[in-house]
Amino acid sequence: MAVPNKPKHERVAVRDPEVEEREVDVLIVGGGMAACGAAFEVKKWLPEDASVLLVDKAALERSGAVAQGLSAINTYIGKNSPDDYVRMVRNDLMGIVREDLIFDLGCHVDDSVYLFEEWGLPIWKQSEDGKNMDGKRGEKMGTLKSGAQPVRTGKWQIMINGESYKRVVAEAAKLAIGDENILERVFIVELLLDANVENQIAGAVGFSVRENKVYIIKCKTMMVACGGAVNIYQPRSIGEGKGRAWYPVWNAGSTYYLSMKVGAELSMMENRFTPSRFKDGYGPVGAWFLLFKAKALNGLGEDYVASDAAKAELEKYAPYGTAAITPTCLRNHLMLFEMKEGRGPIMMDTVSAMAQLGKTMDKREMKHLESEAWEDFLDMTCGQANLWCATNTEPEKKNSEVMPTEPYLLGSHSGCCGMWCSGPDYDWVPDAYKWGDTGKVYNRMTTVKGLFTAGDGVGCSGHKFSSGSHGEGRIAAKSMVKYYVDHKDFSPTISQSTQEIVDLVYKPVKIYFEHSGYTTAADINPEYLKPDQMTTRLMKATNEYGGGTATYYQTNNANLEIGMDLLQVIREDCEKLAASSLHELMRCWEIIHRVWTVESHLRHIQYRKETRYPGFYYQSDFPGQDDENWFCFTNSKYDPKAGSWDIFKKDYIKIIPD
Amino acid sequence: MPSFVINEKCDGCKGGDKTACEYICPNDLMVLDPTAMKAYNQEPDQCWECFSCVKICPTQAVEVRGYADFVPLGSSIMPMLGTEDVMWTCKFRNGLIKRFKFPIRTTPEGTANAYKDLKGQDLSSGQLSTEESEGKALPKPQALA
Repeated sequence: MAVPNKPKHERVAVRDPEVEEREVDVLIVGGGMAACGAAFEVKKWLPEDASVLLVDKAALERSGAVAQGLSAINTYIGKNSPDDYVRMVRNDLMGIVREDLIFDLGCHVDDSVYLFEEWGLPIWKQSEDGKNMDGKRGEKMGTLKSGAQPVRTGKWQIMINGESYKRVVAEAAKLAIGDENILERVFIVELLLDANVENQIAGAVGFSVRENKVYIIKCKTMMVACGGAVNIYQPRSIGEGKGRAWYPVWNAGSTYYLSMKVGAELSMMENRFTPSRFKDGYGPVGAWFLLFKAKALNGLGEDYVASDAAKAELEKYAPYGTAAITPTCLRNHLMLFEMKEGRGPIMMDTVSAMAQLGKTMDKREMKHLESEAWEDFLDMTCGQANLWCATNTEPEKKNSEVMPTEPYLLGSHSGCCGMWCSGPDYDWVPDAYKWGDTGKVYNRMTTVKGLFTAGDGVGCSGHKFSSGSHGEGRIAAKSMVKYYVDHKDFSPTISQSTQEIVDLVYKPVKIYFEHSGYTTAADINPEYLKPDQMTTRLMKATNEYGGGTATYYQTNNANLEIGMDLLQVIREDCEKLAASSLHELMRCWEIIHRVWTVESHLRHIQYRKETRYPGFYYQSDFPGQDDENWFCFTNSKYDPKAGSWDIFKKDYIKIIPD
Repeated sequence: MPSFVINEKCDGCKGGDKTACEYICPNDLMVLDPTAMKAYNQEPDQCWECFSCVKICPTQAVEVRGYADFVPLGSSIMPMLGTEDVMWTCKFRNGLIKRFKFPIRTTPEGTANAYKDLKGQDLSSGQLSTEESEGKALPKPQALA
């Protein structure tokens, strides 16, 4: 038997990588919906002589959260008003949101949806007699822009045939920005501040996951939009199934890490999302509740949400709990209550729902309905469809279990963690919510000069989803160009030497070469850990002490203290991560990004002495909401020079009346 | 639900300009073994089952086997991606087969209008480029709190 001491994976890392240094005016880090929105918009405003570059960790055609497709666009304003959009988001996120950001997004999101349709995304339409038509048949009804009616599955969502959603959006982004201005398979791992101008972004560093090459990219302004954070808590499936995260498994919290490390203020990092989904396969439940009108039943077969006890529980959280649409966290809260009381499992009653619908439909319509149910999975969570096949589940004959997942951090779905960003420059936006440089306001700029974000990166808003993230990327792109034009003479200067940067980026490779010869099996070594080992350790710590599924999302002061102590040691041990290949080097940096991200999450939970989002997490020392003391944003800031943290309150200002 | 590559069907994309599955995988999982000229999934427990590799493979050599954690053996779902539609064949463990066809795009590939010639005028306004060119008025809050 061969001694197993050899590098893993195909692309072996070398000690001394090549270095490529670049300088551009505008840099876009990320490749998902927000980055594609920015790529589409940026050159429309950028002067001809200015340069732009987009850097994506993967391939634009299938990167980000929409890689697999989507079966709905969850934010389309249509006949609704941006005012009502603000009210909906505010209620779902328990009152504390940045209404300026949400309103602004609501003004632009439909324009992105119109573009998607023009580019070729099939959008369902209503026929003249109110029947649902898929995106191909519905074409004859005209476009949304020309007044055709979409198929709503709720007030804000519209149905699409979205298998190729990302491919279509990426195609337009590529054509707009130009292939020559895109770097794929380059993972940005740290940002750089300017050596001369205080608190000014100056560049980014990263490496290729295809060849041994470090990139040092200087820029005058930058947008970071790399999605949320996944695999920070132990998932419910811990073998192969841990890949089946609800949000994309490759989202490593890079958006938050990159920004916080250069001192960008974070906001509402205590907020998280633990979606209730079909158990294990994590297929979407929205269409089942909203389109097929199915009910969730507890283990006793009761429609527990309609019970008097549930209503009484929701009244505790008025006005949010008693609103027409129950906030997402409180829907989880009710489900968890049943589970903890021993009244699980929670089952989606697909059988009754299909039977009920069948009463008013003919055979052909029923066949179509069945197809819609399957498409809902096949367009965005293929694996759930296979789980139904493997368990012989035909939804009209057999119900499926629903369960809340492990926690995720994000700012674009039903969650609101992210960076504290400037709002738009309108007179109705409070002064405290808009800022910039030398008297000018730069919409979506973080508190670091020249550093912008969008999508999962902009905190305190949420409910942007795919379309809103694209729209927000466009908003940020225009704002970045404005920043560039106002700072044309700025010459980014970085204080670190090329060698210092290479040593930093390739540190795990050097550690591997230094120590791997000591043992006969390269994965077990007293001098280092491999990234997958560190990931497991992180997820165990957060799961047990940070309010993971192990404790029904409960934590408290004493547990948080242990959790933070464990994270401190994890951070120290991250200095000893080892990578034998470019793939492992990517995983090393991802886990570093995850550790910092989840640490900020726990730090915020420690600070906010109330339980603002029951169902997402519980601070058991402070159950219930404390509006008197905590009806405010919680912001934190890492000081990159001192290496210390500050955490503090920021005022909530109501803009849109009830 | 990790992807797997069928030995007999994979030719390593030797006729193409790139290894398709390796090019597309959003999580850098699919790689080519250059000696065997066959692709494989190098980290199956980080597979999101997004089917990007399955859909792009020119020889239909990539399929998916459900996560060992919770998916019983014996089923499969297989897409055939066309230019306008995707055809899915879903095989149940008990032998039942269902087929579905869904539209994927309404325009020919490569023709998305990127508005390349559109130039914004007023950098200080709140309008995006297409909104500006159409003269779209931006709403203001109907009332302030």
